[in-house]
Amino acid sequence: MDIVVLVKQVPNTTEVRIDPKTGNLIREGVESIINPEDRHALEAALQIRDNTGGKVTVLSMGPPQAIDGICEALAMGADRGILLSDRIFAGADTWATSTTLGRAIRKIEQFDLVLAGRQAVDGDTAQIGPQVAEYLGIPQLTYVQKLEVREGAVIAERALEDGCEHIEAPTPVLVTVLSSLNEPRYPTVAGLIDSTRPRAPIEIWNGADLGVKAYEVGLAGSLTQVVKTFTPKGARNTQYLEGSPAAVAAQLIDALRKKEIRLGE
Amino acid sequence: MSRIEIDLDKCSGCGMCSRSCPYQAFEIQDKKARWIEDRCTLCGACLTSCRFEALSGEMPVREVPDFSDYRDVWVFVEQHDGRFHRSGLELLGCARTLADDLGQRVAAVVLGNNVGETARQLIEHGADRCIVVENSALGYYQTCTYAHVLAKLIGKYKPNILLLAATHLGRDLAPRLARRVGLGLTADCTRLSIDPDEKILQQTRPAFGGNIMATIVTRFSRPQTATVRPGIMKALDPDPARTGDLIAEQVDMAECREFTKVLECVMHKDRPVDLTAAKIIVAGGRPVCSDRGIGVLRDFADAVGGEIACTRVVVEEGFLPPERQVGQTGRTVRPEVYFACGISGAIQHKAGMDGSRYVIAINKDRDAPIFEMADYAIVGDLFEILPALTRAVKGE
Repeated sequence: MDIVVLVKQVPNTTEVRIDPKTGNLIREGVESIINPEDRHALEAALQIRDNTGGKVTVLSMGPPQAIDGICEALAMGADRGILLSDRIFAGADTWATSTTLGRAIRKIEQFDLVLAGRQAVDGDTAQIGPQVAEYLGIPQLTYVQKLEVREGAVIAERALEDGCEHIEAPTPVLVTVLSSLNEPRYPTVAGLIDSTRPRAPIEIWNGADLGVKAYEVGLAGSLTQVVKTFTPKGARNTQYLEGSPAAVAAQLIDALRKKEIRLGE
Repeated sequence: MSRIEIDLDKCSGCGMCSRSCPYQAFEIQDKKARWIEDRCTLCGACLTSCRFEALSGEMPVREVPDFSDYRDVWVFVEQHDGRFHRSGLELLGCARTLADDLGQRVAAVVLGNNVGETARQLIEHGADRCIVVENSALGYYQTCTYAHVLAKLIGKYKPNILLLAATHLGRDLAPRLARRVGLGLTADCTRLSIDPDEKILQQTRPAFGGNIMATIVTRFSRPQTATVRPGIMKALDPDPARTGDLIAEQVDMAECREFTKVLECVMHKDRPVDLTAAKIIVAGGRPVCSDRGIGVLRDFADAVGGEIACTRVVVEEGFLPPERQVGQTGRTVRPEVYFACGISGAIQHKAGMDGSRYVIAINKDRDAPIFEMADYAIVGDLFEILPALTRAVKGE
């Protein structure tokens, strides 16, 4: 089974901090990582390949330094890496991103399965998977927590808010996965060294390689635009209650009841 | 279609254009430049490169299309077995405000099988009309079938705005539909408003784990489409006096291509708690990661008639199930009162509870950020404060 895995390099958002003076994100010193759920998608791909044969290609769109994620994926066991990197891809919303990724997958031609994380931690949109699937005209299975591969089909367990469902879809199919699917393996040191060698199986494709025009992709090809960013601010007048636990408790319960909050009545 | 023209009389074959091009879309033959259309992305990088003014070309200019025939605010209301998902009612409340600002109507859109007259509820909750598509194929959600029906409805009615809840279903369906119809889509919005000048939808959402908020607009496609986090918007109280049209719509299913087959659907036996409906929430952070900690939390929650909730670490440590997690990766709640007990107040947690009416913070650390987002702050040990509160509520 030939598998394409979509991976994104993201800032480690658990380490992102806000500059209290300017209100801006402090990006300096924040490491880039493979989006956590994409790592689980890659692990799923590697397990399927190890069982059934075939080839795992990792595909990423991003600035030149996103190659680090591809190297890591190769060191985990992927067979081939493709980085889509071009200034005209920058500033893309999910519409333009799915156009770019979709074109690249069509250029790869041979695939039975496209795997990706449910969502990336920097944007949290969960839109790229379904949009790429629609672009390619193939079925999608999202929120997948168990995946089984059959001849010409996959069977997935999708998480619902209050349960789960088992769905069968024919290949080729796009699947987005949750972290509960598996435990990703670590990259090997030898693999990391190999991935930086000149003959490592990594290709970098630009807009002309994909046959796209500048107005179809990136900011120019996006249907949405960000018009403003700001730091969320709390606007509460904090009142400190002091005294013994019993005194503080009495004050608080009294204050809430005065506001006509019903406590256990 | 734009193209690059080369004036061969002016071209010296110097190769500057070729060097300026990221795509090798020029080659120099017989001391003249030649443009290779297939390699050109029309990025325009070459246009200023020629010292002899031999290059010319007009890049495509993007214009905002005329969308004046797109009207009304649509809400896709999820239903399961004839019961409407709460998020749909919340969206109707939000849509009401938007539609009033625009002087347009609110339409609820329901897909299913045996929906019938129950759709009247949606009119009571703020819709001016309710478009119902009933078909045996719509009884259980399947991505491509639902996308097919909604795409047909959009083509017929041309709505101005389309809102869907950011539930698992909404987040599976909306991007598929958006790609099919050619729509910009904003995910997981927490605030929606109409720009007073341009009369377009301002879609505000958290990014980078809630560290920043971004406001997004969709100028180049209609309907302006967004998914909205459940639990954020307020549903209107049902008003039985409200009137509206129930429209039974038929959609041709002949062209509908559904790939998937639903083999089985397993619902949790115990209906999991719905924190978004709770009036009082007693939430704990890392210090409650013990049986005793959960016990103290539960005692107080029982006394005030509230639900217990927690931060991510408590779920990761296995002390409470994921449906009780509040925050960016958990639930978004807006209770009357939110007790944050031993919670430091990371921005990811704040994203899930900021809409609470009153916030009470209990923490040993005087500098914990949670105090900045609290109405009442108690600096102290929750293992002392919570039992005292429990006794005070019970009047002991």
